[in-house]
Amino acid sequence: MRLNKYIFAQHASGTLINVFLIAVAATCVFPLLWMFGSSLKTQSTIFSDMSIIPSSMHWENFYLAWTKGGFGMYFLNSLFYTTIVVFGIVIVSSLAAYAFSRMNFPGKNLLFFMFLAAMMIPLPGSFVPLYVLVNNVRNVLLNVLSAATPFLLKVLPDHIVYSANSFIESQFYPRTAYILSMINVGLSFSIFMLKTFFDRMPKELEDAARIDGCSRLGIWRHVALPLAKPAIAVIIIYNALNVWNEYILANLILSSKNLMPLQRGLMVFQGEHITQYPLLMAGMTITVVPILIIYLAMQRFIIKGITAGAVVG
Amino acid sequence: MIAAKISQFYNFLHNAPPKQKIFFGLGLGVALEVAFLNFHDSMVFWFVAYGFVTSVLLFLVLTNIFKKSLSSFFFVLPALAIFSIFYIYPFFKVLQLSHHAWDGISPKMLFVGLGNFREILQDRIWWVSMRNAGYITLVALTLQNVLALSLALACDRQIRAKNFFRVIFFIPPVLSEVVVGLIWRWIYDGDYGLLNHTLGLIGAQDLARSWLSDPKTALTCVAIIHSWKGFGWGFMILLAGLQTIPRELYEAARVDGANVWQTFRNVTIPLMIPVFVLVMILTILGSMQVFVLILSMTGGGPGYHTEVPVTRILASMQGSSMFGYACAQGISFGLILMMVSFVQMGISRKLKQA
Repeated sequence: MRLNKYIFAQHASGTLINVFLIAVAATCVFPLLWMFGSSLKTQSTIFSDMSIIPSSMHWENFYLAWTKGGFGMYFLNSLFYTTIVVFGIVIVSSLAAYAFSRMNFPGKNLLFFMFLAAMMIPLPGSFVPLYVLVNNVRNVLLNVLSAATPFLLKVLPDHIVYSANSFIESQFYPRTAYILSMINVGLSFSIFMLKTFFDRMPKELEDAARIDGCSRLGIWRHVALPLAKPAIAVIIIYNALNVWNEYILANLILSSKNLMPLQRGLMVFQGEHITQYPLLMAGMTITVVPILIIYLAMQRFIIKGITAGAVVG
Repeated sequence: MIAAKISQFYNFLHNAPPKQKIFFGLGLGVALEVAFLNFHDSMVFWFVAYGFVTSVLLFLVLTNIFKKSLSSFFFVLPALAIFSIFYIYPFFKVLQLSHHAWDGISPKMLFVGLGNFREILQDRIWWVSMRNAGYITLVALTLQNVLALSLALACDRQIRAKNFFRVIFFIPPVLSEVVVGLIWRWIYDGDYGLLNHTLGLIGAQDLARSWLSDPKTALTCVAIIHSWKGFGWGFMILLAGLQTIPRELYEAARVDGANVWQTFRNVTIPLMIPVFVLVMILTILGSMQVFVLILSMTGGGPGYHTEVPVTRILASMQGSSMFGYACAQGISFGLILMMVSFVQMGISRKLKQA
C-alpha cells in the first residue's frame, strides 16, 4: 500500500513537471505560430478569425510585403550588413587576439585592459557622441568632396563625378559608418574570447611553421585561424544574431529608407501603415525565419557563446 | 627604456589593491573634470587631448621600430583604430557636451557648467523613468528568475527531453526585441487583441481592457514580456550550473533520509550561490537597460508610465534636441550601471576566493 502511494506520488509529480514544462514551452512557440498564421490572413479576416490556422491562406501577403512593404530591400540590407560586419569582426578580432596572445610589444597589457574596460561601458552613454561623431565626419567628408569637385571635373566627365559624389554621400558613407560602429560593438567580446582560446592552444605547430619559414601573417592565416575554428564559429554566430537583431544604432545612424536593416524597417512600417497588420506580420515572419533556421541549425554554438558571454560580461 | 618605465607603471597599476585603483580612478576623473572646466574652450582642449593621444600612439609605434618588431603592432592596429574612433572621441565629446547646452545643429554651444546635472536632479520624469526601470528590474528579478530556476530544476531531472526544452526555451531570447514587442503589442491590443478575445471566450470580459494604453497595467505588461523574453538566459545558465553538481551528493542526502525540500535547501542552494549571483547581476544589468522592447510596445506611453532612462536619453536627444542634457543623462545613468558591474566583479572575485 505504502509502495503504491509512493509510486503514485512519483508519477503525479512527474506528470505535473511535464505539464509545467510543456505549458511554458507552448508560450514560447505560440506567439510565433500566431504571427505566422496572422500573416496569411487578409485585412478583413484578421480581426474576426482568431484561429492559428486561417481558413483561407493568402500567401500573396508575403509577396506584397517583400515588394510593396519594402521588406525585400530591408532584408537585403540586413544580409549585407550582417555579412560584412561579421567578416570584419572575425578578421580584426583574430588579428588582435593573436597579437595579444602570442606577441610582445610595449603597451600590450594597457591595450588589452582598454578593450576589456570597453566592455564595461554601457551603450546608452555613447548615443549622443556617436551621433555627433557620425555627423561631424559626414560634414568633413562633404567639405572635402565639394573642395575636390572642381579639380575632378577637369579630369573626369561630369556625370561620373556627380554620381560618384552622390553615391559616397548617400550610400557609401552611412553604410560604412554603420558597419564600423557595429564592428566596434562586437569587437571586445570577440577579442577576449579568441585570446582565451589562443592562450590555451599549443604553440608547437606555430613554431614548426616558423622554422619552415612562414611569415607572421602566414602563421596567423594558415595555422592559427584553422586551429581556432570552433571559437570562430561561436563568434560568427553570436555576432550574426547580434547584428541581425540590432535596432538602435541603425536608428541613430541610418535615416534614409533604402539603407535600413530589417528591425528598423519593421518600426518604420509599423509607424506608417499601422493598419496593415497582415503585411506587418508577414514582414516579421521574414525577419524571424532566417534567425530561427540559423538558431535551430547551430544552437550548440549559440549556447556556448551565450554561456561564455555571460561568464565574461 | 622609457617604454620599460611605462610598462612598469602599468604593471604597478594593474597589481595595485582595489582601494588604490578606486582612488586613482577618482583622481583621474577629478583631474579630467577640472581640466575640462578650465579648458572647455574647445580649440585648446582638443589640441591637448588629441596631441596627447597621438603622441602616445606615435611613441608606441616608434619604440617598436627601434625594437624591430613593428609587425606585431600592425596586428593590433585595425582593432586599435576602430577602438580609438569609437571610444576616445566619444569619451571627450561626452565630457564636453555634458557641460554645454546645445541643440545639435547650431555651431555655437553655450557653456553651462554643471547646470545639466542640476537639471537632472529636478527632472521629475527622469526619476519616474528610473523608478519604472527599477520596477521592471524587480519583476525580472522575481518572476523571471523564479521561472528560470523552477524550469531548470524540472529539466535537471528529465534526462530525455532536456535538449528539446533547452532549444525551445531559448527561442524568445534569440528573437529581436522589435519583433517580440510588435507581436505582444498586438496580442495585448484593446480592440482586436488575442488576450481580450481569450478572456471573452472564458467568460471574463470584465477583465478585458486595452492593456498597453491603461496606465495601471501598461508597465506590468511590459515587465512581464521583458521577463518572458529573458528567462531563457537565466534558465540556460542555471541549468549549466545544476549539471555541475555531483549526483553522489543527492544520493547521499537521500540515503540520510532527506526529503525533496531538504535536499534542495541543503545541497542545491549552497552549491549554486555563485551561479545565483551571476544570474541576478546579469538580470539587473539587462533590465535596467531595456528600451527597444518599450519603444516597440508602447513608445513610453501612456503619458510617461512606461518611460525608462534610455528612452528618456533618446527623447531628449531626438525629440527635444537637448544634446548636452542627453549627455549628462547618459553619464549619470552609465555611472550607475558601471557601479553595478563593479559590485558584480567584486562579489564574483570574493566568491571565487571562498
